Amino acid sequence: MAKTLYDKLFDSHVVREENGTALLYIDRHLVHEVTSPQAFEGLKIAGRKLWRISSVLAVPDHNVPTTDRSQGIADPISRLQVETLDQNCVDFGVTEFKMNDKRQGIVHVIGPEQGATLPGMTVVCGDSHTSTHGAFGALAHGIGTSEVEHVMATQCLVQKKSKAMQILVEGELGRGVTAKDVALAVIGRIGTAGGTGYAIEFAGSAIRSLSMEGRMTLCNMAIEAGARAGMVGVDDITINYLKGRPYAPTEAQWDAAVVYWKTLHSDAGASFDAVVELKAEDIQPQVTWGTSPEMVTAINGRVPDPEQESDPTKRGGIERALQYMGLEANTPIEAINIDKVFIGSCTNSRIEDLRAAAMVAKGKRVASNVKLAMVVPGSGLVKAQAEQEGLDRIFLDAGFEWREPGCSMCLAMNADRLEPGERCASTSNRNFEGRQGQGGRTHLVSPEMAAAAAVAGHFVDVRTML
Amino acid sequence: MQAFTQLNGIVAPLDRANVDTDAIIPKQFLKSIKRSGFGPNAFDEWRYLDHGEPGIDNSKRQINPDFVLNKPRYKGASILLTRENFGCGSSREHAPWALLDYGFRAIIAPSYADIFFNNCFKNGILPIILNADVVDGLFQAVEADEGYKLTVDLATQTVNTPDGQSYAFEVDAFRKHCLLNGLDDIGLTLQHVDDIKTFEIKHKAAQPWLFN
Repeated sequence: MAKTLYDKLFDSHVVREENGTALLYIDRHLVHEVTSPQAFEGLKIAGRKLWRISSVLAVPDHNVPTTDRSQGIADPISRLQVETLDQNCVDFGVTEFKMNDKRQGIVHVIGPEQGATLPGMTVVCGDSHTSTHGAFGALAHGIGTSEVEHVMATQCLVQKKSKAMQILVEGELGRGVTAKDVALAVIGRIGTAGGTGYAIEFAGSAIRSLSMEGRMTLCNMAIEAGARAGMVGVDDITINYLKGRPYAPTEAQWDAAVVYWKTLHSDAGASFDAVVELKAEDIQPQVTWGTSPEMVTAINGRVPDPEQESDPTKRGGIERALQYMGLEANTPIEAINIDKVFIGSCTNSRIEDLRAAAMVAKGKRVASNVKLAMVVPGSGLVKAQAEQEGLDRIFLDAGFEWREPGCSMCLAMNADRLEPGERCASTSNRNFEGRQGQGGRTHLVSPEMAAAAAVAGHFVDVRTML
Repeated sequence: MQAFTQLNGIVAPLDRANVDTDAIIPKQFLKSIKRSGFGPNAFDEWRYLDHGEPGIDNSKRQINPDFVLNKPRYKGASILLTRENFGCGSSREHAPWALLDYGFRAIIAPSYADIFFNNCFKNGILPIILNADVVDGLFQAVEADEGYKLTVDLATQTVNTPDGQSYAFEVDAFRKHCLLNGLDDIGLTLQHVDDIKTFEIKHKAAQPWLFN
């Protein structure tokens, strides 16, 4: 019978199954400082060990400062959380890229960068954006801390199989239209709960032509559509990306792996529980206007009018969002001025994202009304690569700040945050109330669109600047 | 984990869709390395008028009198009634920890985000799905009647109203079993150590590169 990619990945990891609940074997467990301390503590209290230490890779990313790190972390509570991770990794023998390691970075950037994420794997992390790793033809999803402890102790996850959804994007994306715009357009179409209960496979010619960075951006946002897992089938782009990575297999093992990996795609005729089709040519650069990623429109659109919404719960949601965002109904998106710009996060902080933003910023200046425009590379290695290519100079010359790697202002657990009322063009993944700082107003965009907004001082169609 | 069998409690109505886990427990409180103590900061940005940080005395903060959970009639509520896609966003288990610490043992909504839904069961909270019309009716009943209570019975999988109505809900058999008995997942899984080891040997033979 023709199988979906999700079927193949799930079925090949079932240890046992009872009444539709499976014990699923986990190949890779990524760990960061925020969702792991209680899990390690639980193991210690119960006297349990890690089932397979080599499956775990840890890195601090949420709390780390993006400014000079030579003095350590100033905030004592953040510092304690990072030190707790360091100590737990020592106590349990886990490999950790510590804060000052040049390989340190956002957990969802470093996994793939190291080749620690491989096709065919099951990957978990106590972080919802673990869906990112599905870009490699892996089954990857976020878990809670109880499950982190469970995987540490048993190498397994108790899991029911999800339904399978295919999101098919055929055609060619226009110039200045990116994977981020595809992700936001998909969420605009199906809503933030559209993928609840599903594992999403992204397919179609527009997806196949995306780089690995683009595929990671897309799968990263699957969770914003409600799906715990997003994935893309393996092809030559996947395999070429992985070759030579530190954790990737070599020599005969590599050859054997490639043979297997090439089977990791949905079979012709495989049936999905739901199929959503988008035409690549219809997708414009996207900007969110509200407090949920589904509150999104094209750059040439307007802020919606709640009067036009007949569903009372939705109307109330739009009214509340406009009030929080300080926006009037029917305002053209291009007329919205911004205060800050954030280019970074596990969604958009990889080398390709930085190159794209730099191309827009090159030879220009950040607008005078923009108080802060910051670029936060996804990892120390991304940062080094960008510096080697001279991207840091382009950003600095244009008036951007060039920072150290981490999650930074995506969720503002470190010192990088919006002040109440500040409006930000952000390449991150969530525009929830208070996400980037209490009272802060987030508009989600692609790196190109963020750079364009930085230069213009308001949202602008980046296609007019390319 | 505390077992969940039956609950009779005051219902607090949170009439919003898509309540995300950033709203349930804002990020600054995630810096804690403990599982407990999150209750005073549940819904922090809606609940207080001033900015909250870990370690500050919440009893001295400015309460937002307009936020529904601050209304005296909902004091001591143990059942949260809300709208669709509750708990969307981040996987932070601090969200159910905060709700539990606040005093909620059951949630009623038309739908939930997957990770949050799952996290609830690991912490002795029962997330109940009732259809949107029933939820609508419950919102009206709660609004109309101060001190409105519901009885949730997990064994019979019913939500029972004071006027004798009973609404059935679905719950996965395994999760129900764990919740009714307060069972720790890890202990249950470790009963299958041999199965895991057998699988691991086979898996390693097929894909040795996963074990480098």
